[in-house]
Amino acid sequence: MSRTPALLVRGADLAGGGAGDVLVVDGTIRAVGTDAAADAPEGVQRLDADGLVLLPGLVDLHTHLREPGREDAETIETGSQAAAVGGFTAVLAMANTTPVTDSAEVAETVLDLGRRAGYVDVHPVGAVTKGLAGQELAELGLMARSRARVRVFSDDGRCVDDARLMRRALEYVKGFGGVVSQHAQDPRLADGTACCHEGELSGRLGLPGWPAVAEETIVARDVMLARHTGSRVHVAHVSTAGSVEVLRWAKAQGIAVTAEVTPHHLMLTEGELAGYDPTFKVNPPLRPAEDTRALREALADGTIDAVATDHAPHVRQDKEHAFADAAFGMLGLETALPVVSTVMVAEGLMTWADVARTMSSAPARIAGLSDQGRGLTTGAPANLTLVDPTRSHTVDRALSRSLSRNNPWHGRRLTGAVHLTMLRGQVTAREGLVWGATA
Amino acid sequence: MKHLLSIADLSAEEITQILDTAVSMHEVQDRQVKKLPTLRGRTIINFFFEDSTRTRASFEIAGKWMSADTINLTGKGTSVSKGESLRDTVLTIDAMGVDMMIIRHPASGAPAQIADWTDCSIVNAGDGTHEHPSQALLDAYTLRRALGDLRGRHVAIVGDLTHSRVLRSNLLCLRALGAQVTLVAPPTLMPSGVAAWSAADGFETSYDLDAVLPTVDAVMMLRVQRERMSGGYFPTAREYAVTYGLTARRLGLLQDHAVIAHPGPMNRGLEISADAADAARSLVLDQVSAGVAVRMSILYHLLAGEGDAQ
Repeated sequence: MSRTPALLVRGADLAGGGAGDVLVVDGTIRAVGTDAAADAPEGVQRLDADGLVLLPGLVDLHTHLREPGREDAETIETGSQAAAVGGFTAVLAMANTTPVTDSAEVAETVLDLGRRAGYVDVHPVGAVTKGLAGQELAELGLMARSRARVRVFSDDGRCVDDARLMRRALEYVKGFGGVVSQHAQDPRLADGTACCHEGELSGRLGLPGWPAVAEETIVARDVMLARHTGSRVHVAHVSTAGSVEVLRWAKAQGIAVTAEVTPHHLMLTEGELAGYDPTFKVNPPLRPAEDTRALREALADGTIDAVATDHAPHVRQDKEHAFADAAFGMLGLETALPVVSTVMVAEGLMTWADVARTMSSAPARIAGLSDQGRGLTTGAPANLTLVDPTRSHTVDRALSRSLSRNNPWHGRRLTGAVHLTMLRGQVTAREGLVWGATA
Repeated sequence: MKHLLSIADLSAEEITQILDTAVSMHEVQDRQVKKLPTLRGRTIINFFFEDSTRTRASFEIAGKWMSADTINLTGKGTSVSKGESLRDTVLTIDAMGVDMMIIRHPASGAPAQIADWTDCSIVNAGDGTHEHPSQALLDAYTLRRALGDLRGRHVAIVGDLTHSRVLRSNLLCLRALGAQVTLVAPPTLMPSGVAAWSAADGFETSYDLDAVLPTVDAVMMLRVQRERMSGGYFPTAREYAVTYGLTARRLGLLQDHAVIAHPGPMNRGLEISADAADAARSLVLDQVSAGVAVRMSILYHLLAGEGDAQ
């Protein structure tokens, strides 16, 4: 579908700020408010959005698009489609591909594949260390200078556990305004076999424990390193109440730390593991309800800055193993907004303005994206997500645009659905269906 | 009863039925001709993804004495690299029309997953550090023969509890039968979250073996692997043996009627001394002998249904 020349979205709740109109012309927001219609050119298309909520396009700091290397699980095209259906207009693609995104060349390949797909802006995350091996720095500067303009660096899936290496990475990326996104997991306290929150349930189930302290000690160390170096650090998929306490303290000190939480850590708890279904195997693991509560509060009060999906597609044969042998990770792009709507907005913990902050403006700011997350303001690119806040639907994993089916929300009823997604004025998805984005 | 996955799935009545049937099965063991026709024409696969000697042998003998066709298969715990999933592997066997799979797997929960994937009857013959229900049933059988009704009896379970599937099944089984249970181990070898667990399920924990021994009717010593030292669970084998081993000195702390159990294999000189293992009150060989009878009873209850075993 070609770009809509002019579109007037009428009567939507503008990101929680009350009803109004938004006029989009040539891919840009031309006017916002009750008198936006006055500026509409001849032949403008009108979209009646009464009862809907208009958000700035969602930005995901944390996806795994699997390409290059595991195109059987996901491709940049299918992952982008899932993102568009989920209301996203930009995603950051993690570096643990094959080959690893640890060079300008791979980063540019990912960027180009994202552009060719055209559903969302795909920004590659660069590896912190060569081959994610945790030994020596990857070519961070060359990735930053590449066409991909990489600003977020992460060994996600692995922790940069060497304190000296982490210190150097934090210092080095200051030179070009980068940020290190840390997968906080002390590998001595929680090794690769750890797969269940350590506690009574892991004791009963006989599953290797992943103690909260393995995350919290790294978060504590890294905020101190950020203070020492004067650098920015971002904590990926925060999962424990203890990490939240550390973050709250660090922010009160003025330390430049940001953090994200996944939809699954906001909604699902460790109890899902009782049946040993590997669909619920994820890293960090699902935690007890006390942690879930603390994460919700922290997201609402700003201690946690952003929601990020950690969308992690896996083919069936990598999940249909004994729990200990199955791959870590779950899908998230298509369900993120409905989950946040269900557990945060419908429960009265957050407003739609908070959703716009935690799923669009804050992640865009953390990732250094200048044309995303700018809100519903005149002159901003028309990256828009229209949400039906009251529509309930039962998740059916078969309907996913992802190539994979490891969907923990299958069969669950969620309230709030993405109605339409628009990238720079082009509709990329509508009612769960992808609209051809590129001519 | 279709599967035996966890003792938690059994009521006290069902446990008692299995133990009662095992009594008559045990008599078969003393006959010259041991075959019963009960499971003629039924096919049982012993599918062992992890090494085992006594469990596999006793399940196989149990099946043969009941006239089932038993086939042993071994598999690698992880076939991720081969591209075949565990589900593919077991569905292949299931498609051949077997009646039961007896599964030993190094990963906790694998038998429960397999029960979800297949149509046949599944017996958990030990899964990771989760459960070993047939072992707990034969331990209960042996203790019941030695002590009578286990209601109100006090059993201490001592050793590497955090890594023990025997512990989890025995704890559930003994509690279901009304026994008091005290877990004894250094804090590093207690199961995760044991404080909340013991409060919820009503058992005791102690770090002091000497204080517990005079109060027990039975003490069950669990194997401690010497390799655990490298994980920092305890400093040396010597220190473990002195602090938590059932030494000759500690035998003197037991009441006269108290018995000693060990599911094997034993680490003599570490968790159990030769004096304790070979004492008159030791049930170690009775446990092995009960293994076949109890497993015959399990096969009977899962495959032949209710009624008189004879």
